[in-house]
Amino acid sequence: MTFSPEMEARFEKFLAKYPAEHKRSAMIPMLMYAQDEVGSITDELVDEVAKRVGVTPLQVNEVLTYYSMLHRKPMGKYHVQICTNISCLLLGGEELWNRASQKLGIGHKEVTKDGRVSLEDVECIGACSWAPAIQVNFDFYHDVTMAQLEKLIDGLAAGKRPEEITELVKVNS
Amino acid sequence: MPYNEPNPLEVRILSRRFGMPNSHSIETYLATDGYKALEKASHMTQEEIINEVKVSGLRGRGGAGFPTGMKWSFVPRQSPKPKYIVVNSDEAEPGTCKDRLLVEYDPHQMIEGIIIAGLAVGAQQGYVYIRGEYRYLMDIVDRAIDEAYAHGYLGDNILGKGIKFHLATHNGAGAYECGEESALLESLEGKRGVPRIRPPFPAVAGVYQCPTVLNNVETFCAVPAIIMHGGAYFAGLGTPKNGGTRLFCLSGHINKPGVYELPMGFNLMRMINEVGGGMLNGKKLKAVIPGGSSCPVLKADECDLAMDFDTLAAANSMLGSGGVVIMDEDTCMVKAALRIMRFYAHESCGWCIPCREGTTWLRKLLTRFHEGMGQRSDIVLIGDLARNMLGRTFCPLGDAAALPTISIVEKWEEEFEAHLNGEPCPYEKSSRLVAA
Repeated sequence: MTFSPEMEARFEKFLAKYPAEHKRSAMIPMLMYAQDEVGSITDELVDEVAKRVGVTPLQVNEVLTYYSMLHRKPMGKYHVQICTNISCLLLGGEELWNRASQKLGIGHKEVTKDGRVSLEDVECIGACSWAPAIQVNFDFYHDVTMAQLEKLIDGLAAGKRPEEITELVKVNS
Repeated sequence: MPYNEPNPLEVRILSRRFGMPNSHSIETYLATDGYKALEKASHMTQEEIINEVKVSGLRGRGGAGFPTGMKWSFVPRQSPKPKYIVVNSDEAEPGTCKDRLLVEYDPHQMIEGIIIAGLAVGAQQGYVYIRGEYRYLMDIVDRAIDEAYAHGYLGDNILGKGIKFHLATHNGAGAYECGEESALLESLEGKRGVPRIRPPFPAVAGVYQCPTVLNNVETFCAVPAIIMHGGAYFAGLGTPKNGGTRLFCLSGHINKPGVYELPMGFNLMRMINEVGGGMLNGKKLKAVIPGGSSCPVLKADECDLAMDFDTLAAANSMLGSGGVVIMDEDTCMVKAALRIMRFYAHESCGWCIPCREGTTWLRKLLTRFHEGMGQRSDIVLIGDLARNMLGRTFCPLGDAAALPTISIVEKWEEEFEAHLNGEPCPYEKSSRLVAA
């Protein structure tokens, strides 16, 4: 299986982090980054990572099914994760979730037909003091209002990139 | 800029660089006394460093509050195996968002604390385990590690003194359970994040079965200040046996939510009113989760207390991870209990039956109850089920699910009764949104 040169360099860096007899430690980092490039964790990727860290494909599959961020099926190009845990719940996270789900006609971990947007009713993302908070892929958006969320969902569905939806600005640089 | 304005009541030791331009860069760090504690520690013996940390009264900031100096002293002095330092940056306790800021704004402070811990126990390799959702922090820490290597604070000849210490990041992939120390070690080894049976404890058999010091981000971040200014100085900032300051994450129904660094023992009501700017929309306080969703919930009239580990324990709750969640009079406590239980049911690793089955059963019961289909006998059953999980699991997740549930059903029984008789939630109609 071939990866981009950047991904190969990343893999090499990951494998160098751990003692040679514990290459297995690199498995989860490799899966996490490779799934973005491949689109999801395919059987081929499982076999490849197994080979590179020196375990069986079954062992890789056993591990990856435990972690909620490792996806066997592709998520949308823009994976919108709306936190509904306690701090966000108190300030409207659930209403945001309901509106997004209703607008797109998809549920938890489902993808729109065109593959652009997926939704996740996500557990605490560590933005409690700036609730309600969401993540689009790995970017954080804080203190999200219903109006902002609607712009985001409509914009993404209409083919815009998150950067083009100026009502909402990511907080991480 | 930090995400919230600082408050004059703060005592900014760990957060003192928040808001400085390029606070994450090594230039800013060095210009503000960075790596001077490491220089100082390099002249100290292992006992002297550990003793300073013991004197400081520093207790684990991840939630359990175990004395850090004592934890370090458990690492065997002589070991045929290599020793490791592991940083728990798998922050995922609902209500908690402080480690994210410590790493984002001042990664070198954490790195310096890690290297000093390495000196104290004789470890030469460290790993920073960062939750998968914090991808941008991986990049920040990787850059900071590169800077530290380039400046000779990491590597085989640190400070030109032949000190050896290497550091690398490691990412999680979305599992709350991996914040539990032994599950984190399993995950770091490339396995499912299922806890280990202890003993042996990580100090003796941690990552790769080698002696390992494992602490929370904030715990390591406190170390440079302790070494620079002395354990006694740090201890003096807090209350007896609860040294220093800590980052409190205020969230929920208050005017100025945010992360604030306050002395240990700061009064909770003052925290809400003077730091948090009082209740949102002038509503009345109903309940407070004092330290992340694993903690027994306090009623409004129980909140006039000092926020330290021992006072909270005496009040039958916990200081936990610093996540202070404030709920007003319109909050439905059945809904709160349900949302908290839904989280633990999702995050239970499934190994221990009381946790796996208990959380799932309670989630179903509370869902039914909140929808108005509950029976009077369920109120007793919810408490019974939760109490039957207590102490019957290998890791604290079972207790974490049970404790808030027990406190809510005992303290707000009348709200459960108000959901009987097939009526919809009596609080739902008053549910109001900031997100209008």
